[in-house]
Amino acid sequence: MITENLPILLVVIPLLAAPLCVLLRQPTLVWGFATLVSWMVFAISIQLLILVLQDGTISYAIGDWAPPWGIEYRIDPASAFMQLVVAGIGAVSMVFAAKSVPHEIPERRIYLFYTMYLLCLTGLLGIVVTGDAFNLFVFLEISSLSSYVLISLGHDRRALTAAFQYLIMGTLGATFILIGVGLLYMVTGTLNIADLSGRLPEPAPRTSLVAFAFLTVGTSLKLALFPLHLWLPNAYTFAPSMVTAFLAATATKVSVYILLRFFFTVFGVDVAFFDLPVGDILLPLAIVAVFAASTVAIFQENVKRLLAYSSVAQIGYMILGISFATVNGLTAGIVHIFNHALIKGGLFMALGSVFLRLGTTQIDAMAGLGRQMPLTMAAFVAGGLSLVGIPLTSGFISKWYLVTGALEKGWWLVAILVVLGSLLAVIYVWRVIEAAYFRPAPAGAAQVKEAPLAMLAATWVLIGANLYFGIDSTLTVGTASRAAEVLLGLEI
Amino acid sequence: MNGAAIGAWDICLPVLLPMAATVLIGLTGRWPNLREAVTLITSGVLVYLVVGLIQPVFEGARPDILLFEMMPGLSIRFTVEPLGALFAGVASFLWIITSIYSIGYMRGHHEKNQTRFYICFAIAIGSAMGVALAGNMLTLFVFYEVLTFSTYPLVTHAGTDEARLGGRTYLGVLVFTSICLQLPAVIWTWYLAGTLDFTPGGILEGTASPELLGALFVLYVFGIGKAAVMPFHRWLPAAMVAPTPVSALLHAVAVVKAGVFTVLKITYFIFGLELASTLATGEFLLYAAAATILIASLVALRQDNLKRRLAYSTVSQLSYIVLAAMLANELAMVGGGMHIAMHAFGKITLFFCAGAILVAAHKTEVSQLNGIGRRMPWTMGAFAVGSISMIGVPPTAGFVSKWYILIGAFESQQFIAVLVIVASTLLNAAYLLPIVYVAFFKKPDDEPQPNSHRGSIGAAARAPHGEAPLSVVLALVATAAGTIILFLFPGSVLTLAQQIVASGG
Amino acid sequence: MELVQGLYNYWIAMILMMAGFYVVISRGNLIKKIVGLNIFQTSVFLLYISMGAVEGGTAPILEEGLTRFSNPLPHVLILTAIVVGVATTALGLALIVRINEAYGTVEEEEIHAQDEPA
Repeated sequence: MITENLPILLVVIPLLAAPLCVLLRQPTLVWGFATLVSWMVFAISIQLLILVLQDGTISYAIGDWAPPWGIEYRIDPASAFMQLVVAGIGAVSMVFAAKSVPHEIPERRIYLFYTMYLLCLTGLLGIVVTGDAFNLFVFLEISSLSSYVLISLGHDRRALTAAFQYLIMGTLGATFILIGVGLLYMVTGTLNIADLSGRLPEPAPRTSLVAFAFLTVGTSLKLALFPLHLWLPNAYTFAPSMVTAFLAATATKVSVYILLRFFFTVFGVDVAFFDLPVGDILLPLAIVAVFAASTVAIFQENVKRLLAYSSVAQIGYMILGISFATVNGLTAGIVHIFNHALIKGGLFMALGSVFLRLGTTQIDAMAGLGRQMPLTMAAFVAGGLSLVGIPLTSGFISKWYLVTGALEKGWWLVAILVVLGSLLAVIYVWRVIEAAYFRPAPAGAAQVKEAPLAMLAATWVLIGANLYFGIDSTLTVGTASRAAEVLLGLEI
Repeated sequence: MNGAAIGAWDICLPVLLPMAATVLIGLTGRWPNLREAVTLITSGVLVYLVVGLIQPVFEGARPDILLFEMMPGLSIRFTVEPLGALFAGVASFLWIITSIYSIGYMRGHHEKNQTRFYICFAIAIGSAMGVALAGNMLTLFVFYEVLTFSTYPLVTHAGTDEARLGGRTYLGVLVFTSICLQLPAVIWTWYLAGTLDFTPGGILEGTASPELLGALFVLYVFGIGKAAVMPFHRWLPAAMVAPTPVSALLHAVAVVKAGVFTVLKITYFIFGLELASTLATGEFLLYAAAATILIASLVALRQDNLKRRLAYSTVSQLSYIVLAAMLANELAMVGGGMHIAMHAFGKITLFFCAGAILVAAHKTEVSQLNGIGRRMPWTMGAFAVGSISMIGVPPTAGFVSKWYILIGAFESQQFIAVLVIVASTLLNAAYLLPIVYVAFFKKPDDEPQPNSHRGSIGAAARAPHGEAPLSVVLALVATAAGTIILFLFPGSVLTLAQQIVASGG
Repeated sequence: MELVQGLYNYWIAMILMMAGFYVVISRGNLIKKIVGLNIFQTSVFLLYISMGAVEGGTAPILEEGLTRFSNPLPHVLILTAIVVGVATTALGLALIVRINEAYGTVEEEEIHAQDEPA
C-alpha cells in the first residue's frame, strides 16, 4: 500500500508539512519538524531508487486517472537518480541549518524560512517525478517562487535586489517554458511527456520547432547556461548560507534535468541533435561558459561569489557532456550533476561555517584560517580538489567520462579544453587555499573557533560522500549510464 | 599470486606508514626531540618494510594487490617490481640520512614551522613510495599529484615573497604539465587500451596508428614535468628557495626521480621497448633529452648560486635517464634504472654540502667559497666525491650507470647520444671541479669586508667558523661513502636493474 | 493576407509578448518591470486560450444538441498559470516594498549607485 504510493508521498509530504510549519511557529520546533520531514522524504527517495533499479520505471496515476488523460508521475532511472540527489541534499542541509539559520535569519522569520524551504523542496522533487509537462511548469514555479523568497532573506540588502533580478529572469524563463509546453500541446493534443514523444509528427513541423526553441531558451535561463547566467552570482552570493548550499546543489541541477527530459524524452535525440544543430550550439556555449566563468571566478574577492561563478563553469561541463549526445557524454553530464551537487553543497556549507565565525567570506579575511578552523578548511580543500578533478575525488570521475566522451567522438581539442578548464579551477581554488594556509591571519583579527558540530557533520557528510564516490563509482556511474541509455532510447 | 608470503599489508604499509606518522608528528609538535624521534623511527621502520619487499622481488616474485576498482579497468593497485623496488629502496634509505641531516640543519638554521616541515616531508615520502609501488598509471598519477602538492609548503617554507614566487612557479609548471599533458595522455591510454595496468611489454601495441602513439608518447614525456625535460624544467631551479634538506632529498631524489621513474615505467610497461623504439617521435624526444643535457649543463656553468648550479646539474642528469628511456633498449634501461640510484647518492651529497656551507659559513655563492675547504675539510671532501660521481669517473657510483647508458647508446647506434654523454661529462667537470679547486687551493678572501656585510648576518659571516653541526657532517659523509660503496659493490642495485628487463622476458 | 487574418490571435499574443518583454528589459523602475512581466505573461494566457477555441464551439457542457465545444483543457491550465502569475506579481511587489525600505528608491540605477561603494 505504502510502497505503491511512494511517488506521490514524496511530493505530498513536504507540501503538506509546509503550512504546518506556519502553525507550529516556535523556531526549534519548526526546525525539528522540517528536519524530520526532510529525512522522511530522503528515506522515500532511497526506497524509490531501489525500486526503480530493481523493477524498472514506475508509473503512478494521480487520482487513478489513467495516463495520458490524468497526470502521471513517472520515475525512470534518470528521475530516480535526480530525486535522490535533491532529497539527500535537502536532508543534509537541514542538519546544517540547525546552527546556521538561527544565526542568519531573524528569529521571528525562522518558521517562514522553513515553510519556504519545504515548498522549494516540494517543487524540486515534483519537477523530477512528474510525467506531465504542464505539471512540471507548476512545480517549477513552486520551487522558483519559494527560492526567490529564500534568497531575499539574506542578511545583506543586496539579497533583495538579487532576489528581484532572479525573479524577473526566472519568470521569463518559466514563461518561455510555458509557451513551449502550450505549443507542444497544440501539435499533439497531449501533455504527458511519454505520450508527447510518440505523438510528435515526423518530420517536425514548424510549431514543434518553435516549441523546442522556447523550451531550450527557457530552461537555459533557469539552469544559468552562459550567457543567461547573470542572475546566479548575485543570488548565490547574498542568499543565506544554507540556501546557497541547498540551491546550488539542487536548483540548477534540476533545471539541467528538465533540459535532458525535453531534449531526449520529448523530442528524441534524432530531432534535437541530428535535425537541429543543438549540439553545435551547446558545445561552444558550454566551453565558453567553462572558460569565461572560471576566469571571472579567479578574480573574485568574495569566496561565495567565486564559487558561484565556478558553478556557472561547472554547469558548462554538464551541458558539454549533454551536447555530445552519446552514452559516455550523457553519463558524464548526469554523473556530474550528482557529483557537483555534493561538491558545491559541501563547499558552500564550509563557507557557511566560515561566515558563521567570521561574519564575512572575503578571501583576505580568511587568511590563516587553516589553523583556526582546521576541519572546515580541510573540507574546503577536499571539495576544492574535487572541483578541480583530482583523482580519488568524484570530480575526477566526471571529468574522466567527459574526456573519454570527447575522445570517442575524436574531438581532441574539446578534450584538451576540458583539462585546460580544470587548470583554471586549480587557480581559483588555490587562491583560497593559499590564503587559508600560507598567509598569516590579518593583524588584529579575532581568534575564531571551529564550526559547531552539526555544521561540520553536514559538511563532512557531503565531502565524505564526494570522496567515497570518487573511489567507488559503481552506484553513481552505474545509475547515470543506465539513465543515459534510457534517455538515448537504447533501453526501454 | 606468486607473492604468497607477502600480504596486502606489506605492500600498502610503506605508503601508509609515513602518512600515518604525520599524525604523530603533529601531536608531538610541541616537543621537538620527541617529534624528531618519531621521524627517525618511522624512516627506520620504512627501510625495514621496503627491504622486506625487495627480498622477494630478488627471488622473482611480483607481489600485487588490488585495493579497489573505481570503474571497470580503472583501479588503485600496487605492484612491486624491480624498478619500483629500487626507487623505493633508494628514497627510503636516503630519508633516514636526510632526517638526521635536517635535524642538524633546521635547528642550526633556527627555522620556523618545523612541525609542518616534518609533516609535509613525511607525506612527500609516503607519496614517493606510492609512485614507486604503483601498479597502474592511475595510481601513479594520484601519488604523483599528492607529491606535487605536499612539497609546495616545503618549497615556500621560508614564507618570504621570494619563496612564494618560487613556489608559484614550482606549482604552476608541475600542475600545468600534469593536468594538461599527462592526464589527457592517461585518459587517452585508457581509451585505447581499456586498461592502465603496468604490463611488461606494454599495453598499447597495435591499438592505434604509430603517428598517434607517437603523439601520445610526446604527451607523456613532456607531461611528466618532474622529469624536467626542457622547456618544462623551470620549476626545479625555482624550487631551490626551499630549505636545503628539501632540495637534497626531494629535488635531488624523491620528486625528480619520481619523474624519470615514471618515464622509465611508461616506456617499459605502457609502450613496451619494442613499440617505443619504433615510434617516430622517439627520435625527437631523444634529441629533446640530449638538448636538455647540454643546455642545462651550459646554464649550470654560469650560475654563481651554488644551489642553482646544482639544480641545473640535476636537470641535465635527469635527462640522462630520459635519454636512456628513449634509447629503448635493455642495456639503456638498466643504465637508466641504476642512474636513479647512483645519481641520487651523488647529488644528495652535493646538496648536503651546500646546506652545510650555508649553516656553518652563511655562504650561498660559488664565488664566496675560496679556501673554504681548509675550514670544512669533511664537507668539501664529500663535495669532491660527489662531484666525481656526477662526472662519472671511477671509483664512484656515477660511473657504473653512465657506462650502461653509453653502451646502450652504442647498441642503438645513436651516436649523437654517445657524443652528448661524452660532451656533458666534460661540462660536468667544468662546472663542478672549479668549486672543489677554489675550496682547497685558493686562499680565503680577506674576510672582513665592512662594506659588503651589514647587520647580524654580516657579523656571523665574519666570525670564524668551523665545520657544520655534527649530524650534518655525519649525513653528508655517509652519502659520500655510499657513492663509493655503490661503485665497489653495485651488486644489489645492478641485480634489481637487470631484473627490470628480465621480467619482461 | 491569410497569414495576418487567419492567425490574428497569434499576432496579438506575439505583439503583447514583445511589448511586455521590452518593458522588462528597458525600464529601470522596478514596478514598471513587474508591469511588463505581467503583460508578458498575459500574452501567453491569450495564446493558450485562443488555441483551445473551436470555431462555432460553445462552452464544454454536455447537453442535447450541443456537438461542438471548445477544448476545456487549455482553460484549466491557464487558470493555474494565472494563479502562478498572481503569486509572482505579489512576490515581486513585496520585494519592491522591501527594496524601497532598504534603499529608499525603486529605480534600478539608483540602487546600483548605492551599492557600488560597498
